[in-house]
Amino acid sequence: MTSKRPLLIPSPRTPNTQHLPALPVYSDIANPTSGGTGLFSGMDSRNPAAADNSINVELPTFKSSPQRSISSSQRSVSSSQGSVVEPPTFKSSSQRSVSSSRRSVVEPPTFKSSSQGSVVEPPTFKSSSQRSVSSLQSKASGNNSVRESISSLQSKNSGNNSVREVSFGDLESKPVRYGSRGADSEALSLSQKDLNEEDARVVYIDDLAKTNERFEYSGNSIRTAKYSVFTFLPRNLFEQFHRVAYIYFLVIAVLNQLPQLAVFGRGVSILPLAFVLLVTAVKDGFEDYRRHRSDRIENNRLASVLVGNQFHPKKWKDVRVGEIIKIQASEAIPCDMVLLSTSDPTGVAYVQTINLDGESNLKTRYAKQETLSKMPDKEKITGLIKCENPNRNIYGFHAFMEIDGKRLSLGPSNIILRGCELKNTHWVIGVAVYVGRETKVMLNSSGAPSKRSRLETRMNFEIILLSGFLVALCTVVSFCAAVWLRHNNDELDDILFYRKQDYSKGKVDDYNYYGWGLEILFTFLMSVIVFQIMIPISLYISMELVRVGQAYFMIRDGQMYDESSDSRFQCRALNINEDLGQIKYVFSDKTGTLTENKMEFQCASIWGVDYNGGRSSPEQVGYSVEVDGKILRPKMKVKADPDLQQLLRSGKDTNEGKHVYEFFLALAACNTIVPLVVDTSDPNGGLLDYQGESPDEQALVYAAAAYGFMLIERTSGHIVIDIQGDRQRFNVLGLHEFDSDRKRMSVILGCPDKTIKVFVKGADTTMFSVIDKRLNLDIIRATEAHIHAYSSLGLRTLVVGMRELSATKFEQWHSSFEEASTALIGRAALLRKVAGTIENNLIILGASGIEDKLQLGVPEAIDSLRTAGVQVWVLTGDKQETAISIGYSSKLLTRRMTQIIINSSSRDSCRRSLEDAILMSRKLMTVSADTQTDRGSSGHGGTQVALIIDGTSLVYILDSELEEKLFELASYCTVVLCCRVAPLQKAGIVALVKNRTADMTLAIGDGANDVSMIQMADVGVGISGQEGRQAVMSSDFAMGQFRFLVPLLLVHGHWNYQRMGYMILYNFYRNAVFVLILFWYVLFTCFSLTTAITDWSSMLYSIIYTAVPTIVVGILDKDLSRRTLLDYPQLYGAGQRQECYNSKLFWLTVVDTFWQSLAVFFIPLFAYWGSSIDRSSIGDLWTLAVVILVNLHLAMDVIRWNWITHAAIWGSIIATWICVFVIDAIPSLVGYWAIFHVIKTASFWLCLLAIIIAAMAPRFVVKFLYQYYRPSDVQIARELEKFGNPSASRPAQIEMNAILDLPRR
Amino acid sequence: MDAKDGASDLTSSTKKKSRRPKYSQFTQQELPACKPILTPAWVILIFVAIGIVFLPIGFASLFASEHVVEIVNHYDRDCVPPNYVDNKLAYIQSSKTNKTCIRRVTIPKQMKSPVYIYYQLDHFYQNHRRYVKSRSDGQLRSKSNEKKTDTCAPERYTANGAIVPCGLVAWSLFNDTYKFSVNNKQLGVSKKDITWKSDPKKKFGSDVYPKNFQSGGLIGGAKLNSSIPLSEQEDLMVWMRTSTLPTFRKLYGKIEADLEADDIVTVTIENNYNTYIFGGNKKLVLSTASWIGGKNCLLGIAYLTVGGLCLFLAISFLLLYLFKPRPLGDTSYLSWNRSAPGGHIY
Repeated sequence: MTSKRPLLIPSPRTPNTQHLPALPVYSDIANPTSGGTGLFSGMDSRNPAAADNSINVELPTFKSSPQRSISSSQRSVSSSQGSVVEPPTFKSSSQRSVSSSRRSVVEPPTFKSSSQGSVVEPPTFKSSSQRSVSSLQSKASGNNSVRESISSLQSKNSGNNSVREVSFGDLESKPVRYGSRGADSEALSLSQKDLNEEDARVVYIDDLAKTNERFEYSGNSIRTAKYSVFTFLPRNLFEQFHRVAYIYFLVIAVLNQLPQLAVFGRGVSILPLAFVLLVTAVKDGFEDYRRHRSDRIENNRLASVLVGNQFHPKKWKDVRVGEIIKIQASEAIPCDMVLLSTSDPTGVAYVQTINLDGESNLKTRYAKQETLSKMPDKEKITGLIKCENPNRNIYGFHAFMEIDGKRLSLGPSNIILRGCELKNTHWVIGVAVYVGRETKVMLNSSGAPSKRSRLETRMNFEIILLSGFLVALCTVVSFCAAVWLRHNNDELDDILFYRKQDYSKGKVDDYNYYGWGLEILFTFLMSVIVFQIMIPISLYISMELVRVGQAYFMIRDGQMYDESSDSRFQCRALNINEDLGQIKYVFSDKTGTLTENKMEFQCASIWGVDYNGGRSSPEQVGYSVEVDGKILRPKMKVKADPDLQQLLRSGKDTNEGKHVYEFFLALAACNTIVPLVVDTSDPNGGLLDYQGESPDEQALVYAAAAYGFMLIERTSGHIVIDIQGDRQRFNVLGLHEFDSDRKRMSVILGCPDKTIKVFVKGADTTMFSVIDKRLNLDIIRATEAHIHAYSSLGLRTLVVGMRELSATKFEQWHSSFEEASTALIGRAALLRKVAGTIENNLIILGASGIEDKLQLGVPEAIDSLRTAGVQVWVLTGDKQETAISIGYSSKLLTRRMTQIIINSSSRDSCRRSLEDAILMSRKLMTVSADTQTDRGSSGHGGTQVALIIDGTSLVYILDSELEEKLFELASYCTVVLCCRVAPLQKAGIVALVKNRTADMTLAIGDGANDVSMIQMADVGVGISGQEGRQAVMSSDFAMGQFRFLVPLLLVHGHWNYQRMGYMILYNFYRNAVFVLILFWYVLFTCFSLTTAITDWSSMLYSIIYTAVPTIVVGILDKDLSRRTLLDYPQLYGAGQRQECYNSKLFWLTVVDTFWQSLAVFFIPLFAYWGSSIDRSSIGDLWTLAVVILVNLHLAMDVIRWNWITHAAIWGSIIATWICVFVIDAIPSLVGYWAIFHVIKTASFWLCLLAIIIAAMAPRFVVKFLYQYYRPSDVQIARELEKFGNPSASRPAQIEMNAILDLPRR
Repeated sequence: MDAKDGASDLTSSTKKKSRRPKYSQFTQQELPACKPILTPAWVILIFVAIGIVFLPIGFASLFASEHVVEIVNHYDRDCVPPNYVDNKLAYIQSSKTNKTCIRRVTIPKQMKSPVYIYYQLDHFYQNHRRYVKSRSDGQLRSKSNEKKTDTCAPERYTANGAIVPCGLVAWSLFNDTYKFSVNNKQLGVSKKDITWKSDPKKKFGSDVYPKNFQSGGLIGGAKLNSSIPLSEQEDLMVWMRTSTLPTFRKLYGKIEADLEADDIVTVTIENNYNTYIFGGNKKLVLSTASWIGGKNCLLGIAYLTVGGLCLFLAISFLLLYLFKPRPLGDTSYLSWNRSAPGGHIY
């Protein structure tokens, strides 16, 4: 927390900085708070209170002078910043230490025996594991809960107004998942108090009657189906009428049923609504039938349930709360159950939660020590479990169990959930606590959030305009009718059809005349009915169909299939397809998104010596070990440094060798990895698969294995490590899990040589503060330098330390640990304190560098996105150096860019740096504008500015008036890189852009920390990668690799946008032209709303006559081929500039519509003026003319004609003819035989031809002139595709192949 | 036709359970397709073609229309005796007055048979919604539907039962009659086949006889002979094909003889129909027919206009193309190349 002057530093690698105006280089000299002591002294910000006060903590460490090399001053910033290497590794799972509770009283800790008598198991410490509720709490899949947990973190921070890295760093790469232990542990203890009688569910173990005494808990049968045979009709209709469109349909249809308003025949007017309802109902019914079927299968599965003294098979649906169930290996779990015992003597069970959260690694769950030995089929268990009421948080569970007069607290690690599968455990026995609908998986089954596309939002404005038109038309009609009625008021009695009296019954009776005012009202309502399709309700339905079609093609796109994870593209949101074509900003996570999140151990610094030979030597050393007659090899091979191997082989006699030995022992032991043996085809061989929740830890354990420290077995009490062929057993005496305050984890090992060692690994910032600096200062310095070098290479670094414990020290620790872990209140804080007592005065062993490899095709993808005019922002929780180096390797940053770095720790300095940066970037812009005429987006040669800003500065900027400045600055920059940002800040940055521009934003990420950003952005894309499924669950689209963003946006997005934009305009036109024709006719019928076109044709118009072609074109038309779009990413600009749908196009369409309706209406009208033509004949002519016209209009705009398009367009026209023939062949209709009569006349055909040519000619001319003399980029590219010389115009092809080609691995 | 776009890297090496999308031209949106582009040549060709087709049609239809001989006689005013001029309604509504009216028309040109006799009504809203709905097509078709009069208000039934044919449309049947003579020689008026052939077959039942028609308090128009089935009442059929516009003609009959130029035709009109109440006009029309229909030059004019405009456009585009061409597919027109040296700013 230091050096708070802004650093405006041109990139050291910028070759042309000399030519630039002098740039201010700030240093710490001016900082009045300078005067820090040493490098490490100021870095411990463990104490949040200290961190509050930035003055205190601001200890700039390097008194850098302006002449200092830029890179070093940059380094000084970051290192003194107190920034923390993200140690995601440590935030893992099981805190097996806690609360052995009363049992330990009965059976005092047997530490002595273990220290004396070799391998005696010290059972007490570990077995009754109290996994804290906390850790997983925030991993909730429900979006809300994630938000909540994030905000709770945030509020915690704001509470003490500190800017601890805690909130920013630890949430990064794996973050929310592991959460902040402290907060949640607190929650646990709170919840124990809070579990009062009213709220809690009381489950009496194996006592159904008593359990269900108070409440009848529902059975375990589930119903995902929505309807039953009886409820289907009402419920389905009810749900369908939630849509506004249907209500509109309904209102119109109901209006039409009133006798005074019946414009159309009653049956006819319901037709469109009935059609849509029927189609949807059939679809829903079919889906529901399938759900019924799967429900039935699910409900009839068998579980083995304790009845009396024996386990009997019982159908799942009959399982009740309180029953004891036994699950065998690989069986699915029928309901949420609390574990009582498992086949593992320590009570461990492994479950696979892939159905629940999509994570394929195994999770460990624990049975309570107290229940472990109870065999319910031998002795009856009595006890009760009090747990919270069912909720959807799959990572939280608060309960306690009273058994044998003891009260045990239960957490999420003691429960196994429905939807999981038991693995690697022979059996478990548990008590059902939540069943059926109340299981967490069922409570969680809800859909993705719905967003609304930008195009649709814009369209709604035009819909309002169209409603305005509709009202205007109706007003004109009713006004004219009013005038007419008033004018002829005296004659109304006499005029044949307007007699006020009805003479037919012999008595004087009013006939259909309701007085002037009511007549006008009725006229208005009737005109609404007649002109109803002016509001293109069918458009909404067509759009949905089109989106389904587009999604179908996106999902099937072979180029968006990820081979490594065998995953297709997923469309989770169906209503924002077209937004993909208008993205202007991409916000990307780094880890797992740009990089693979497959950690690979690259190099190590041990005892001050840098071993990075593994990088250069390709030698693959397969280390193997024999267990139970099987040759086991690690599943993943790691390149090993030959020097280091040599050193290891020479043994630990030398000082050097000893440290190397300790280092690798630490890597192999200090983790929560579970080794699993995977059988291979070779019966004598097997693979060791290290399962764990942190990829970093996995990488370290694989690395240790490669160097001959092979973790073979882990139970909660001991681990077995094969060290260079010598199998050794270490007792795990204690384990302090990772937490986000300490940012480190430690394990206390009882070694075979009877020493007790503490191994600690963690982030450099917090580690250096607990390392004994009196010893080996030069080694610390060297390690520090190595760490810096590693992170500059983009590696993730961890520091490893150790100390030996004396027996007394251990006893001390143990007793306080016991005390802390049994504490009911503030347990987490106490445990942290206990950990603090032992994690100090460490000897540094070294540091590791883990590479997070860049995904395939990322630089190319970023490059083409940038060429497409998309601004790519990278938001990462990583260190600045790591972020910058990844920025370079991903081509996000180039050497020509000028970097602006903002690291500030106070609002004022933030403001100053922002202002300076804005000034400078303005200057740079003008310079580049003078020398180059090039535009920013193509950006070759111009001075580009990259902004690098860290989370600490963002704290002061976001949600303050500085946002405006940051946005201004960002708009000058080609690249923005935010490091050390917290999840909520990511969302804040997205909101910063989203709220200030009309441009579309896209966020892409893979982890839980990206959830808030994904939900905030207009389009959220989840990468289905290593970090579970939370990002995917909250995303709109999900895919396997970052590079798929290119085909997604540039190809599908472009297509979808173009298709949808055209389709909306076309639908407006199509309906309006029809309405206008009706309207013109109404003007000739005394404003009485007669239609010449038959009712049936009016209703079929938007269902049969014209619906299919627009949907087909909306799904299939392509303005450009995929190849062209990828070759010229700039073509994406068409969407960003809203070329396919804007108000100019809308008004052009309106004018065109007017003209076409005039042509259709008046050509026949004048041609038949004064002739004996009847209403039905001319009505048929108008029907056919308008249908042929709108279909040909579409045909004129179709860009690619494949057979489906042909079939749809010509088929629709033919279908219309057939429909008209059929309608006119019904003798009971007025227009019987009209069409057959009229097609025999020449003037019919002449009219038809004249209408079509006259109506389309203006559009055709304008279209041609535009295309020829004002060609859009898309138009030129189309011409290029057809006429261009392919070899001359493919500059980007080679580059693109990297994105297109599927990885072959 | 870009059927091969990007397909090369998708081989059939899919594993058994792989979720890799199967390659097909359809799913990869690579169906063979034709991509028409509006090139100047095509556009000019299209316009020339339209011009070439439209102009002759225009001339032909104008010519045909010119050859139609049409005589229109506006008689409603002149057929009112001078003493009733101020009270036309009284005249027309009275059963006492003499409704016969003699009109003489001169034939300007020879009219070849058949000469069609039309009556034309103006300001008669035969397309008014209340009017067109007031009929029962079911009732017209068969005797069994006699009671189906619910759509016929206000002419549904009398005290004696349902009206057949019911409704305002039938009720207001035109009832002027015309007799023609040339040089004191009676001209036969054929009233056969003046309606569509389909109407007597299916639409108007042969077992449906008029009943209670025009027996109410107010007489709307012609009475029907209740011994003749509807399927033979061709005047009714013609009338019930309601007109498109408030000004319309309906076929009255045909004169199956040629009328020579300068013949004077004497028309004896029974002026019964009350158009005076709504200020409508009645006209008698004698007209020959051509392939295009009656006398109407608008279609010809429309064709000539469109054809002429298209030719004009074709020539303009040709000139534009010659003097200001743009090479198709020239990358220097792309927006990101336009500002670069060598790029075009239109």
